Amino acid sequence: MIEFLAQSVRTGMTFLYGSTGETLTEKSGHLNLGLPGIMSAGAAFGCAVEYAYGSAVGKLYVNPFIAVILPIVVSFIGGMLMGLIYCFFTVTLHANQNVTGLILTTLGTGLTGYIISKTHSFAFAAKYFTKPLPFAKDLGWFGKLFLSYGILVYLALAIAIISSIILSKTRVGLNIRAVGENPATADAAGINVTRYRYITTMIGSGIAGIGGLCYIMDNLFGSWEYTIEAMGWLAIALVIFTVWKPNIGIFGSILFGMLYNASAYIKNISFAQTDLIEMLPYAVTIIVLIITSARKRRENQPPAHLGLSYFREDR
Amino acid sequence: MRSKTETKKAHEPLFHVVKRDELSGIKSILVRAIAILAAIVVSSLVVVIAEKVNPVGYFKSMFRGAFSTPTLFWSFLHEAALLLCVAIALTPAFKMRFWNIGGEGQVLVGGLASIACMFYLGGKVPNVLLWVLIIVSGLLAGAVWAVLPALCKAKWNTNETLFTLMMNYIAIQLVCFCLDTWVKSGSGVLEPMHGYGLPSVGNKWLLNILIILALTVFMFIYLRFSKHGYEISVVGESENTARYIGINVKKVIIRTVLISGMLCGLAGVLICGGINHTISTTAAKGRGFTAILVSWLAKFNPLYMMLTSILIVFFQVGAIQVKSDFNISDVADITTAIILFFIVGCEFFIRYKIVFKKHGHKEAVNND
Amino acid sequence: MENSVAIELKNITKTFGKIVANRNVSLDVRRGEILSILGENGSGKTTLMNMIAGIYYPDSGEIYIDGKEVVIRSPKDAFGYGIGMIHQHFKLVDVFTAAENIILGLNEKRKYKLSDVARRVSEIASRYGFELDPMKKIYEMSVSEKQTVEIIKVLYRGADILILDEPTAVLTPQETSKLFAVLRRMREDGKSIVIITHKLHEVLSLSDRVSVLRKGEYICTVDTCDATVSSLTEAMVGKKITLNIDRCDPVDPTDRLIIKDLECINREGTKILDDVSFTARSGEILGIAGIAGSGQRELLEAIAGLQHVESGQISYIDPSTGAEENLRDKTPIQIRQLGVRLSFVPEDRLGMGLVGNMDIVDNMMLRSYRKGNSAFLRRKEPRDLANEIIKSLEVVTPGPNTPVRRLSGGNVQKVLVGREIASTPTVLMAAYPVRGLDINSSYLIYNLLNEQKKNGVAVIFVGEDLDVLIELSDRILVIGSGRVTGLVDARNTTKEEIGLLMTKTPEIEQSENEGGEGE
Repeated sequence: MIEFLAQSVRTGMTFLYGSTGETLTEKSGHLNLGLPGIMSAGAAFGCAVEYAYGSAVGKLYVNPFIAVILPIVVSFIGGMLMGLIYCFFTVTLHANQNVTGLILTTLGTGLTGYIISKTHSFAFAAKYFTKPLPFAKDLGWFGKLFLSYGILVYLALAIAIISSIILSKTRVGLNIRAVGENPATADAAGINVTRYRYITTMIGSGIAGIGGLCYIMDNLFGSWEYTIEAMGWLAIALVIFTVWKPNIGIFGSILFGMLYNASAYIKNISFAQTDLIEMLPYAVTIIVLIITSARKRRENQPPAHLGLSYFREDR
Repeated sequence: MRSKTETKKAHEPLFHVVKRDELSGIKSILVRAIAILAAIVVSSLVVVIAEKVNPVGYFKSMFRGAFSTPTLFWSFLHEAALLLCVAIALTPAFKMRFWNIGGEGQVLVGGLASIACMFYLGGKVPNVLLWVLIIVSGLLAGAVWAVLPALCKAKWNTNETLFTLMMNYIAIQLVCFCLDTWVKSGSGVLEPMHGYGLPSVGNKWLLNILIILALTVFMFIYLRFSKHGYEISVVGESENTARYIGINVKKVIIRTVLISGMLCGLAGVLICGGINHTISTTAAKGRGFTAILVSWLAKFNPLYMMLTSILIVFFQVGAIQVKSDFNISDVADITTAIILFFIVGCEFFIRYKIVFKKHGHKEAVNND
Repeated sequence: MENSVAIELKNITKTFGKIVANRNVSLDVRRGEILSILGENGSGKTTLMNMIAGIYYPDSGEIYIDGKEVVIRSPKDAFGYGIGMIHQHFKLVDVFTAAENIILGLNEKRKYKLSDVARRVSEIASRYGFELDPMKKIYEMSVSEKQTVEIIKVLYRGADILILDEPTAVLTPQETSKLFAVLRRMREDGKSIVIITHKLHEVLSLSDRVSVLRKGEYICTVDTCDATVSSLTEAMVGKKITLNIDRCDPVDPTDRLIIKDLECINREGTKILDDVSFTARSGEILGIAGIAGSGQRELLEAIAGLQHVESGQISYIDPSTGAEENLRDKTPIQIRQLGVRLSFVPEDRLGMGLVGNMDIVDNMMLRSYRKGNSAFLRRKEPRDLANEIIKSLEVVTPGPNTPVRRLSGGNVQKVLVGREIASTPTVLMAAYPVRGLDINSSYLIYNLLNEQKKNGVAVIFVGEDLDVLIELSDRILVIGSGRVTGLVDARNTTKEEIGLLMTKTPEIEQSENEGGEGE
């Protein structure tokens, strides 16, 4: 049971990166359906750098600190670049957000496939990513549940908490939300809508990029899996499920992680039953979506201007 | 006295963007043509540089993908037709500003329903009856998948983009579930049930292509000349106007999305019941998403969609051919994405123009 | 020093596509004065001010602040120069509180703490006599509360040049005089205030100087003490208007539409119509007067079957049979199926009456497309109708297949009115049918309404210009805050009488405007 919870936390953090990133993005009014592509491309960039670093200095001589930090930074930058493409089309060229996002996912998938086909070994670094905190083994269930994770898990929690505080407790967060709710108003109030949309979306995409790396290095111990895209779609679902709040996202992501892993921990389960359990995250997301729309609590609605581009001189 | 004013130096912005009235037909076609050409150049450059492929060979290979043998040609046409079919299906919803991005799921459940008919009834009922059941169940399944979000949209204004997106993944899991239930070996691969598929005419692709062509013409007429099509336009343009003239907006939304889902279901029937005779989670091949682009690029005009779907499929099959001819990594998705980005980006130059400012007098630059 | 020039505009031109909103406009705003920008609807007042506020960017021309040329590219730049604009359509984020809206976009050095903000907001509010709960969400607020938020937002930023776009359109007379008192106090602080308006009495009671725009062009600037209603009207409209509407006596008026004790609640949940009763008669024009937003729109929409009615009756007397039909709780379709030929020219032409992106032919079809059992449309009759309207009403258009959004305001209205009249109505309702129209088009519309009246149609005309209402109508129903405050005979009434009925409170004091700028 403890093992199940711990594993769910690990899986959940992949979702949390994606959903935190997408929440930031959506709060600024961008429905970025390129998230799956961004997550997988982010992971691919990170892994490629790890491979390059490993082959440059020799796998046995890598510095653990650099082996961890370098891919994280590169995944983040990779995600930001993908976000930059998205913003260039949706903000600067006023292109349709759904269309742009879907193309971005195609691009991300393509880039990933290409990069991974040229990248050979990066699994050696997984042990640095999954190194638990000290005393994790000595403190029984407590250690297992709270201290046994690698750096990316704690980073995800930190990012989610910081994002939540920024969104709800700071001036910048207020401005971001205003841009997503009503860009014309934000503009009139002197907020640079274009800059806010660019920066927020790029940072959100960067965070999602780290999520891809988390999936490969932390959850899969460095083996490559193309299911990373499915994680991206689940992360979008999680944004809705948590009604656009990164702090709820922490619990939501663990819940999604539990649903994702449940079948592996339930004894004597058939493949077919596994499939039904894996359907649950989507089903509950739809239910949450319907309930929030039916209750019409204004605080729980999607940002009012989500999915729409803004052109100041539109009449 | 007021220091604020001095902190900012007076200089004019380099350029600013204004909305165009409308670009004439020829010019707008020219902009798009240039964009497509540029896209081809850039995407081929990417492949040529990244994989050191000889450029002439690259283009030859691109064309070989679609035209080198009759089989490839027919299969190319058929691929384009299937993509077209999904685009046609999504179009009425889009025209109504209902963002149905659940085409993927609606296609899948349509296919799943038809395969279920074949699996449970194949050999037990006469083939003609089976065919009818395959088609009817597929249409119904697609319709159900689409109408759930529409009902919630009509009743509570639930965000349809997110709802239909989630329905895609429920559909995928449903297919997994059925496959794991049906296939006792646990491989999750259902052997094609060739005996029970829909009939064919000429070769195995022709009938599907003809059906889809007929559908395209039908949809063009439906949207342009029927009262329903007119109502769709009015609701899409302005719900207030629709109410003002007494259109029942909810009814129109549900009816239109029902049609949209049914036709997606039909695409699933044609793919699974007509050609593959089996189903997998990837049976829809992302067409539900690509079709959004096809429809949107064609400005929701079914006749233009024939062109846009052929264009996109041409690049897709070309890229696959390039991959096998030169034995390089898969770059199909990258080149497709580059081309699509160019086409989407060029719309900007059709709708807006950039005005450069130089020493007080302005200079309009037409980007064509 | 007090009266130095704060803003100077030189040769500002702004176009939207082919439409010229401002052509070579030059004017100035001084420190410590209240300047009115006066002009008819569509004269380019708001566009001009939007360029100072950074919403639009001028095509050509220069803006000087305190004598230095500046570039205002965004509202943020405008704030930097101490310019704050209160837009007619409020720019507020619905799901935020008042306090959050007020500090939106500000780069204060202070720590971000909403309770502190709320305290400072309350201070400002109480100093000027506003009532505002800073923690209230905007979507829970009434229209006037929202305006209060907008004004405090600008005050909070310490703007010294305030632009108010039609600030009184949604206010009660009491709120208006309170607002004016605040504005005068700000003038005493040396601030510049610009009011965009088309209401002459506001100009005369409040401002120091008036600048007049007409059709996007600058006409003149005069000191208010030298101005009179007629001189300003002439400047605003061009030629001195002598309304000469050919009003004939109603022939054999009979009751056509009877409204009894009507009560409606709007989307925000406030009672917008309360106990409204009146009768519209055939062959007669019933004018409806009132401050904007007093329930006129809801009244017409309730009759047309577009607004939910809480209680009361709407009945229609069939002219041929004399039978009484109930119209309440019927949809527009059901009303039509009863054989009631009710035409409605709504206030929102391109958002409700017409579809902007459709051509004239398809817009003609809006009313008639259901005819016949065929599943397909017949475009022949609508095309004929479109051509006929283009010809008879002199609609300026490249052809019947031009999208209506590309037509000018007057031509859009001709298309809409033409279509509504084409169905030979027995009741014709028109809400602000000449808003934004030039004089010629306005007169064409008045004549069309008169013609309908002669044909025995019961015409209901909601207007804002009292002179026109008095000249055109037979009877005038006055509405104030959703209640009927009077019904007068248009031939024996005066503007003053109607004005009093509209507000049912004393008019804003005419004093305090002498003395000119600065003290």
